[in-house]
Amino acid sequence: MAVTKKKAAPKKSNTVKLKFDTSWNYAPAPESKSAATIHKQYDLFINGEWQKPSGKKYFDTINPATEEKLSEVAMANEADTNKAVTAARNAYEKVWKKMPAKERGKYIFRIARMIQEKARELAVIETLDGGKPIRESRDFDVPTAANHFFYYAGWADKLEYAFPNRQASPLGVAGQIIPWNFPLLMAAWKIAPALATGNTVVLKPAETTPLTALKLAEIIQEADLPPGVVNILTGAGETGASIVNHPGIDKIAFTGSTEVGKLIQRAIAGTNKKATLELGGKAANIIFEDAPIDQAVEGVINGIFFNQGHVCCAGSRLYVQESIAKQVIRKLRDRIETLIVGDPIDKNTDIGAINSKQQLDTIHKYLNIGKKEGAEMYESSCPLPRKGYFCRPTIFTNVAQSSRIAQEEIFGPVLAVLTFRTDDEVIEKANNSPYGLSAGVWTDKGSKIFNMTKRMRAGVVWANTFNKFDPSSPFGGYKESGFGREGGLHGLMPYINLTHQS
Amino acid sequence: MATAKSLLTVPDFALSPRIDQVGVEERAARFTTRSIKKESKLNGLKLVLNMIDLTTLEGKDTDGKVKQLCYKAIHPHDAVPGIPTVAAVCVYPSMVKVAKKALGDSGIRVASVATAFPSGQAPRDVKIRDTRYAVNEGADEIDMVISRGKFHAGEYNFVFDEIAAIKEACGEARLKVILETGELGSFDKVRRASEIAMYAGADFIKTSTGKIQPAATMPVTLVMLEAIRDFYYKTGRMVGMKPAGGISKSKLALHYLVMVKEVLGEDWLNNEWFRFGASSLANDVLMQIVKEHTGLYQSGNYFSVD
Repeated sequence: MAVTKKKAAPKKSNTVKLKFDTSWNYAPAPESKSAATIHKQYDLFINGEWQKPSGKKYFDTINPATEEKLSEVAMANEADTNKAVTAARNAYEKVWKKMPAKERGKYIFRIARMIQEKARELAVIETLDGGKPIRESRDFDVPTAANHFFYYAGWADKLEYAFPNRQASPLGVAGQIIPWNFPLLMAAWKIAPALATGNTVVLKPAETTPLTALKLAEIIQEADLPPGVVNILTGAGETGASIVNHPGIDKIAFTGSTEVGKLIQRAIAGTNKKATLELGGKAANIIFEDAPIDQAVEGVINGIFFNQGHVCCAGSRLYVQESIAKQVIRKLRDRIETLIVGDPIDKNTDIGAINSKQQLDTIHKYLNIGKKEGAEMYESSCPLPRKGYFCRPTIFTNVAQSSRIAQEEIFGPVLAVLTFRTDDEVIEKANNSPYGLSAGVWTDKGSKIFNMTKRMRAGVVWANTFNKFDPSSPFGGYKESGFGREGGLHGLMPYINLTHQS
Repeated sequence: MATAKSLLTVPDFALSPRIDQVGVEERAARFTTRSIKKESKLNGLKLVLNMIDLTTLEGKDTDGKVKQLCYKAIHPHDAVPGIPTVAAVCVYPSMVKVAKKALGDSGIRVASVATAFPSGQAPRDVKIRDTRYAVNEGADEIDMVISRGKFHAGEYNFVFDEIAAIKEACGEARLKVILETGELGSFDKVRRASEIAMYAGADFIKTSTGKIQPAATMPVTLVMLEAIRDFYYKTGRMVGMKPAGGISKSKLALHYLVMVKEVLGEDWLNNEWFRFGASSLANDVLMQIVKEHTGLYQSGNYFSVD
């Protein structure tokens, strides 16, 4: 019972292997679902009240980890969009535009505080509806969403300081369409700056993840926001199209795929509608030989496996300097063995469920493409739950710049590893992409960081870290990753007209 | 002296890998979010208890004090069956004989600090004699301190040679090398000192003497665990890890266990390769184990104060 005697004769270093299948394991630690109230059915949130959809149609939203139905939500059609836009227009003209900015700010502060108060409930619903681990929805999505409202609440009555000597005026009604990867957070990114600048909103959450936006509607109702200032329409692509094409919309804010982004741009061409598009990405994460390797490896892991890789700024292309490639790949392979894949509601889960069957199919398609392209594939040896949509964390090595898995956005837990020799080479390769949303640089040398970040064509470049977000920092893309910035002072710009003060 | 088998290519320690402080702290914090409940908590607590080097290192240590501590080491809490012993008792060289006799054939090791502990400010021959004395008295393990002054002055060869000399003086006894991380000033230097110690022959690397603040922290232990992993990959040789000082609560000890599990894995999850240097941790662990058995927290009065 005292010291367990084990003679450790040195083994050949190329054969040694760490064993992560340990005798001491974590017992299940599910977060309680009792904190969350999910109704059987949700209507549309128009003009401050819940209204039945004119088409009388509802669709199911499921838990991707169990494939069980959670609730059914209304399918909004053109008539509903019309009602919502009319309500938003009335609220804009009669109430919101005229309200003193300080009072608008108070409402936004109230929403922020209520998100904090209901943080646990929102986190549980986010995880059930979208499949992301509770650790992330609890520690990242919900607090960051609240922070966004706090941040923009502060700007509401300070626009004259944000834009000195100029007069900022709202645009009118904003149509906002958000994706399924960060449902509540994206709603916050869209709604907060719009309200702070005096606009009213018609927002459509993604088809597979409507529940936290609907919970937010309940919060907005409880916060006593004037009716019509925020309207929430659930539905699919057609609902989104009806918002984009509605003549009463002054501005479109869209986060989603590049494909849909292009459709939107076509649809609004020739109209007076303003737009911001935050689209896809294929971020280059670059490790130089002088980098702090273990921290870089951890950053790469977070960069690609955060939220199952369903992140538009995910670091999905890893460039490693050739002299350290073997070492880095060995560490990456060890690290994926310790990622816990499973029930997202378990507090120890690192990688939850893929958001939908459709997305899982897309990921599988790319895994096959990678194999066919001759890349070496390593996946974690972890077991997967029998039900639900799950995918093992996967690394492809020996990937070429011309491989599809290095060029196209997979939007899943799949990392493509490429090697490089010189600074100039890696900059050229990193910029060699139709996308330009984000990038990462890992080096111990400060001067190299500045040189790299200056030459990288990406909206965000992280140095010695990855996936860091703050409401005060602008976010947005180059090239086919979109245009316009969200967050920070820059995030106010897309929602205002500026005129010179006389 | 060196046979072909034990020949290691000794790297240039000035070029040891750099560590990013922010990254290490973030990673260490992540381990603390693991939720350890039910049977994994109970098993973890027993493992922690079994990894403790029960320590007394005071100027006022006496035979009586050491004997009591040894009894506690063998019988941590007889009121509850199935509780493991600790791993070792850690004392000054002058107390080794007493401890050895008191522990008898329990299987619990006697660890002795040596080499002019805690400052290490003595000539090498004194340190070697200190070590030999402890070994001759019956110490199974020697906890030495490195010469931090020389290390800061960049005299890595001096530090390396000294560790190698002490290792030789240890004979069969296992050598733990205390880096005194609280005096090193940066993670870069902790990493460098870890490599010097391992290449010079350390069987264990250890954070602290317990006499300097800060002592063991999770980030500093993580840096050392990662150095151990890289050394293992390069040489195929396992090196143990002992955080010491500042770990007095079960919950924190379980976080350390999570870190060992997820950085080094199964082979290190036993007291042959991982130890806690602590004195007050044992009672907190016992209190938690009893709570897992009975569902109730008992008063501190039910646990022996040593």
